[in-house]
Amino acid sequence: MTEKRSPLPNRLPRPKGELALLEKAWKVPEGWRLLTAVNNTYIGVFYIGAALLFFILAGVLALVMRLQLAVPGNEIVGQGTYNQLFTMHGTVMMFLFAVPVVEAIGVMLLPQMLGARDLPFPRLSAFAFWAYLVGGLFFFSSLFMGLAPDGGWFMYPPLTSSRYSPGDNSDFWLLGIGFIEISAIAGAIEIIVGIMRTRAPGMTLDKMPIFAWAMLVFAGMIVFAFPAVILATMLLELERSFQWPFFIADKGGDPLLWQHLFWFFGHPEVYIIFLPAAGMVSMIVPTMTGVPLVGYRLIVVALVATGFFSFGLWVHHMFTTGIPGLSLAFFSAASMVVTIPSAMQVFSWIATMASGRLRLTVPSLFVLGFLAVFVIGGLTGVMVAMVPFDWQVHDTYFIVAHLHYVLYGGMVFPLFAALYYWAPAFSKRRLSETLGRWSFALQFIGVNLAYFPMHFAGLAGMPRRVYTYPAGLGWDLPNLLSTVGAFIIALGVLLCLVDLARNFRFSASDAVGDVWKAGTLEWLPNGIYGPRSIPIVEDREPLWYRPTLADEVEEGRYFLPGTKTGGRETLVTTPFDAAPDYVLLVPGPSWRSFWAAIFMAAFFLLLTVKLVVPAMACGVLSLGFVVAWLWQTDPGPGPKLAIGAGIRLPSYRTGSSSHSWWAMIVLVLVAASLFVALAFSYFYIWSVSPQVWPQAASDRLPDLSWAATTAVILVAGSIALLFADWALKRGGTGAGRWALRATLLLAVAALGTACFLEFCAQWQVGLRPADSSYAALVYTFTVVQGQLVAAFILMGLYTIARSMTGKLNAARRVTFDNTKCLGHYAVAQGLVGLFIVHVSPRLAL
Amino acid sequence: MQSVLAPHGPEAAAVARLGWAMFAGGALICLALVVLVFLAIRGGAGSRRVIASERFLIWSGIFVPVVVLAGLLSWGLVLTGARIAPPSPGALQIEVIGEQWWWRVRYGTEAAQKFETANELRIPVGRDVELTLVSRDVIHSFWVPSLAGKVDMIPGMTNRLRLHATEAGIFRGQCAEYCGGPHALMSFHVVALEVDAFEAWLAAQRRPAEAPATDQSVFFSTGCHGCHTVRGTNAVGTIGPDLTHVAGRLSLGAATLPTGAVNFGRWVRENQHLKPGNRMPSFGFLSAGEVDRLATYLDGLK
Repeated sequence: MTEKRSPLPNRLPRPKGELALLEKAWKVPEGWRLLTAVNNTYIGVFYIGAALLFFILAGVLALVMRLQLAVPGNEIVGQGTYNQLFTMHGTVMMFLFAVPVVEAIGVMLLPQMLGARDLPFPRLSAFAFWAYLVGGLFFFSSLFMGLAPDGGWFMYPPLTSSRYSPGDNSDFWLLGIGFIEISAIAGAIEIIVGIMRTRAPGMTLDKMPIFAWAMLVFAGMIVFAFPAVILATMLLELERSFQWPFFIADKGGDPLLWQHLFWFFGHPEVYIIFLPAAGMVSMIVPTMTGVPLVGYRLIVVALVATGFFSFGLWVHHMFTTGIPGLSLAFFSAASMVVTIPSAMQVFSWIATMASGRLRLTVPSLFVLGFLAVFVIGGLTGVMVAMVPFDWQVHDTYFIVAHLHYVLYGGMVFPLFAALYYWAPAFSKRRLSETLGRWSFALQFIGVNLAYFPMHFAGLAGMPRRVYTYPAGLGWDLPNLLSTVGAFIIALGVLLCLVDLARNFRFSASDAVGDVWKAGTLEWLPNGIYGPRSIPIVEDREPLWYRPTLADEVEEGRYFLPGTKTGGRETLVTTPFDAAPDYVLLVPGPSWRSFWAAIFMAAFFLLLTVKLVVPAMACGVLSLGFVVAWLWQTDPGPGPKLAIGAGIRLPSYRTGSSSHSWWAMIVLVLVAASLFVALAFSYFYIWSVSPQVWPQAASDRLPDLSWAATTAVILVAGSIALLFADWALKRGGTGAGRWALRATLLLAVAALGTACFLEFCAQWQVGLRPADSSYAALVYTFTVVQGQLVAAFILMGLYTIARSMTGKLNAARRVTFDNTKCLGHYAVAQGLVGLFIVHVSPRLAL
Repeated sequence: MQSVLAPHGPEAAAVARLGWAMFAGGALICLALVVLVFLAIRGGAGSRRVIASERFLIWSGIFVPVVVLAGLLSWGLVLTGARIAPPSPGALQIEVIGEQWWWRVRYGTEAAQKFETANELRIPVGRDVELTLVSRDVIHSFWVPSLAGKVDMIPGMTNRLRLHATEAGIFRGQCAEYCGGPHALMSFHVVALEVDAFEAWLAAQRRPAEAPATDQSVFFSTGCHGCHTVRGTNAVGTIGPDLTHVAGRLSLGAATLPTGAVNFGRWVRENQHLKPGNRMPSFGFLSAGEVDRLATYLDGLK
């Protein structure tokens, strides 16, 4: 076989000390300096650990709830406490466990699965993790202070407006969700850029492991779905704190706006949670049967289709709100269509099992359990997609049954399968098959005993979110059975925890390794540096295709077997063909990202309890650490590095090939999605409350000259940026450098002025945001623009500082490119905003 | 009494039929999948070859689901259309206003025929009833499963629901949208009466309260009239439920406990313990004698 192939990139023997240098570059700090670690395996294991902690905490809340509901008229917890318990159970499970855990598994597995050494922005993952951990723990502790939110995990106004929820409780929810919003978006950026740009050479998209496809869709969904809930939480906080009436009917607001925004996020959210789990199953089944996945291409289509369709279903959470028949029909149909891609995946897995010989290991058992439970959940999902049926069972325990079948079955079982499957890749000891089987059996029995009776409780008339119920309605027996089942689940989970405690000994370099004879790259004999050398991939299961691959990689025969710069390096490849493009100099351990996260968490926490001055201080500190962190980026071009096979690659790229540029594009997509959600809100509220919109050109509408002036200034900002770009390209002497700084400063001034002018335009015509929903929305355009402009001002000043310290020039310009990207987007957003706010009301007059 | 599977009206009956059909279909699909997985893992080479083929995958994963779902969807759309059809001309109009944590119920359109009650609807058997559903404060949801699906009551919106009982009976309903606090204790009854009995009830409700045989002074001295109305007296408060004929209702506190002299007393004295957070204060400072007289008076408001 090897005679026909071209020789491997690097020859043996490898130079003395090469491996030792590689290990030194990737070494993880010890002791308390572990807090600065950024290796994906370490952040991954911290992240999974934290997510599991939240799973247990939220699970304990559920056990208390089940105790309360075990018998009618129970008095274990009172109404107020119970309302906090179910709100926290849902919120912690969905935001602090479900999304983080699948993201964490991505962080942990993806780089090595793709043949890379780390994620492209390790400090960003570390930042996201620490913010999430600190923020999440404080959020959970609100329970002990009686300050936990109690409006349900979905927090519908008007119940959660300041009038009906006057305490700080709801603000804590808005806080808790803020952290997951940040970590999710940071994670999405990492994952998209990592999957698209750091795959091993030869790993074209159709040779990529299915889990990577699933995570790519996951990340894309986060980019387009999370901004809707970010906007919703922003609007609710503005309403609660400053009485901007988005959801208050008396002032032209509409409670349904919240529901639309929340569920536009909320429905994709459950597929965000499910698709990575499906991806994990797609990795485990082939290994356990010993054959490649049947229908790989169909599954890729199914993943993308599910992701896409899931954005068209959200109104099925609102079937009972009185929406028109056409809406009901459309969303009912769409909700059914989305089951087809899931069915395709299920039959692909079954086909794979039929193609080989399924070994009944603990991961296989959890996969079979997943199939059974998830399919039942999917079937009840079809039932509730039927509008008349939903009219009966919506907001009853039937839905509680459905959602737990799909979430526990569809995500938690694959999670346990993944734990048992991948543990040997990261632990000195594998987990116990015996304890694993018992854990599975107890969880499977427990899940069915806990949740199946809930279908009947719901059909017998039991609504959700009730802290007690009267005897004699037929709800007593199902509730008692559910309580018993819940404790059996807990026992099953406990057994797994015992197994982890006894057997999981984390090691990124000294793990047990491939006990399953798997085919994908995360099973290479990795060290702390990931693979010793970055392989060439020729097949979907590289280890099966080329049995000598593992040894060759470990000997250093492939690319980058050491470190050329003494630091951490991995390969950036082209997005589709995965041809080597450049060497990514990967950042190492850092205090700066850690402290930036801690102070940012403190900023949000202090704001929630209304300690504004300390909050601002922490915000400034956080920003300082972020700047210090960024200052270490953008090292500029260096000598080309030999990676093997005679290939010499740059270590720095500018322009649209740069991984940093890709990250900015993702961020811009997030900002654009947020803006689209705002535009939707504006036009939706207009359609619901036309009476609070201007009824004449003289009715609180600023003269068009204001908008025209603002638009001109915005465009001037873009032009200034174009000049700055030109000045930078020309480079050279002092005059050229000062031209760059001046034009950048002009751009900063232009965008800032434009934003301020728009505020003045509305203020001088007498409009105040608390007047009506129209006013509130108009000012929100300024708020959203203002946030973007503030970021641009900071980036612009930072870029000027880089120029003044000699760290910016024609060849070293990634910082400038990122700034200009945000700047042009801000101008575009500003112009569209001006059109919506100033021109569209006039069109209707 | 409050069950989707015990329908007493045409809409609920249609949904129950649909539900049973889907349950049967779902059970069949589950069984088929169990058999399939078993065959995939332990079956003979022939069946495993079929299951592993892309053709089988496309048939079972795409074509069959599309056909089944299309059929199901059509059934659902027909039922949906029936519910949202415009109201029939002879329907009885009732307005229900959701408040934290009780139901304000208004009958009648012309002034002379208007009256207000609370937490209970009485409807005639065999005749369409059109409910207008609104909310005073937060989102609630009106649900009486034996008769129909639920409809949300959303501030700023007016929603409609048609009820139709095919036989006499008492049906329990409950708020089905979390509205904070004692949401769990916001229930109501729908009583379907034969037409004659209904007309008699309607006539009785329209009359003001009869002159009391017992002492009503405590009602006024305690200030109850500030929140409650008793037509025919000086009590015209509208914050709380109308009490003109409260003793004729089945329950107190939005179906929290049955009516009756003892329970009236309990409610007055310790309603915050029975339904924590509800908007009526507990009047625990009243003496036993006062509570007795008050309860007796209220129990006379039939």
